[in-house]
Amino acid sequence: MSILINKDTKVIVQGFTGKEGTFHAEQCLAYGTKIVGGVTPNKGGQEHLGQPVFNTVSDAVKTTGATVSMIFVPPAFVGDAVMEAAEAGIELAVIITEGAPVKDMQAAKAHATKHGMKTLGPNCPGIITAEECKIGIMPGMIFKKGNVGLISKSGTLTYEGTNQVVKAGYGITTAVGIGGDPIIGLSYNQLLPMFEADPETECIVMIGEIGGDLEIQAAKLIKEQITKPVVAFIAGQTAPKGKTMGHAGAIVSGSAGTAAEKMAALEAAGVTVVVSPAEIGKAVTKAMAK
Amino acid sequence: MNVHEYQAKQIFAKYGVPVPKGIMVESVDAAVEAAKELGGPVWVVKAQIHAGGRGLGGGVKLAKSLDEVRELADEILGMTLVTHQTAAEGKLVQKLYIEDGADIKDEFYLSVVLDRKLEMPLIMASTEGGMNIEDVAENTPEKIITIPVDPAVGFQGFHGRELAFGLGISDKAEQKKIIDFGQKLFKLYMENDAEMIEINPLVRTGSGDFLALDGKMGFDNSALGRQPEILAMRDLTEEDADEVEAAKYGLSYVALDGEIGCMVNGAGLAMGTMDTINHMGGTPANFLDVGGSANAETVAKGFEIILKNPNVKAIFVNIFGGIVRCDRIANGIIEATKITDVNVPVIVRLDGTNAPEASEILNNANIANLIVGDDLGDGAAKAVAAAKGN
Repeated sequence: MSILINKDTKVIVQGFTGKEGTFHAEQCLAYGTKIVGGVTPNKGGQEHLGQPVFNTVSDAVKTTGATVSMIFVPPAFVGDAVMEAAEAGIELAVIITEGAPVKDMQAAKAHATKHGMKTLGPNCPGIITAEECKIGIMPGMIFKKGNVGLISKSGTLTYEGTNQVVKAGYGITTAVGIGGDPIIGLSYNQLLPMFEADPETECIVMIGEIGGDLEIQAAKLIKEQITKPVVAFIAGQTAPKGKTMGHAGAIVSGSAGTAAEKMAALEAAGVTVVVSPAEIGKAVTKAMAK
Repeated sequence: MNVHEYQAKQIFAKYGVPVPKGIMVESVDAAVEAAKELGGPVWVVKAQIHAGGRGLGGGVKLAKSLDEVRELADEILGMTLVTHQTAAEGKLVQKLYIEDGADIKDEFYLSVVLDRKLEMPLIMASTEGGMNIEDVAENTPEKIITIPVDPAVGFQGFHGRELAFGLGISDKAEQKKIIDFGQKLFKLYMENDAEMIEINPLVRTGSGDFLALDGKMGFDNSALGRQPEILAMRDLTEEDADEVEAAKYGLSYVALDGEIGCMVNGAGLAMGTMDTINHMGGTPANFLDVGGSANAETVAKGFEIILKNPNVKAIFVNIFGGIVRCDRIANGIIEATKITDVNVPVIVRLDGTNAPEASEILNNANIANLIVGDDLGDGAAKAVAAAKGN
């Protein structure tokens, strides 16, 4: 078992024939992901990486039966691409592109919700069900199959956390990068219940950062609904106020969105909060031994 | 990206949001000329820097004669203004805004921000104008009204009525004016990809008009590509020179006041590295994300920027190679040490794709000052020890 995606998931790529789209689609295919086609306007009818190219998402979905789209289009076209996927009946859009305008994402997410489409990202590494299906840009070989679910705002902390889980002798069910933008798709509060319901996931690692209050909302949900052990790290304890730390959403505005308040809320909800990502492996070992 | 008050007011004026008349100047003589042109009899001389709290810091003063304008312009222009929003060393005042004095009856607060929870713009208003809104939120939260506006429906009449009644404006003509004010402000927020607008204070004049006496605007950096007029307002002298330089090379840099320089791939891991150093008793000198496409040139630039800071006693390079191959980074570090004179210990932790090859490359290079860290914890511990001279 896993969440959201598995070895049978059919995936298309929006921005299929571009440099990034091509490189990463190739890596995903090599991992075993069922990429069944892609979309690049005016290249419909061609073949790319051995898969059909379509002019529109609607054509691609009708022909291939794909349910997930991996989006690599340039930032200015992300909003458009997400709305197109939503209307074409895609169930989950994984938005890798960094730098999409916030206003576009606001409209695109509202439209996706209206059409019942889930979104991940933007500005995220994607999602991977270990040894089954990789939809994103993460290094597939570090994700050994196991019983730990992982949710992270940061790409490289997803890899760091996974690496520690694996080195501790465990593995991953599904790892989900949710992105660090001000407006993102699926977040902790949608993903935590999915891991709770997944019989293979025994422990959940949650990696957050400064800015916004998604981690505070998660603390509330964990207290009420999550029975599996949760290990959390919040990046940015030493970040100065009012400065954007790389991710557009990683900013402490005034006194809101600090690591300290998020860590306190999670701790109060019974979560094992570590002060450094270097402690994730040890904390997971302890949680799994319980 | 932020803009100056005078630029925010230019945008306000373009959309019909009422502002006092004013002229931006860069010299004392020009300030007096501007005051003559505006006519008086009362002027406000305002320092233009990208930070709030200018009034309390002595950067906003009232002048009642042309001589006084000259005196105040001379005093404020070139001064280093320290406010609660600037760094401790303050900011040099290079521009002034000479503005008509207003007949102030009441002061209000009005802002538009993105509410990340509701995922839509939020209008915030208060009768407590002229105060620090964070203090108002803390001490008297009931005095702040919040009005979310879904861009799909836009600013409707009821939004305006909530604003007018929320501020206790009972005169019908005044209600109409404040509703119009709010509507125009929301329109310009959306059309310019603003991230936030803050007007503090928004004043009601003796004749029952509303005026934006101050104006602060920030914009979504991701949208600047389609906002050329906004981008043209960027004042690089207001930004940190090292951050601007770093950005040219695709590096995201923020200076801090510690001793251990950090070079990391990914924003989350970069913050996590700072936190780990801190946890182990060291102090990070900076945040630096080299991004996903780090190469010898960007790594060298990273070293150069980090080493400009005289407080740096050691550098911790922490890379988790995903798509980026560690052997390439290792070669980049070796190249970088040839281009830049690295005179402090460099602790390198490379993990992920091709990490074994990378450590072999580094071991064979025999670079003095180079210490290999086995993992994040080990690397951070070695960096902290090196910074302490051990």
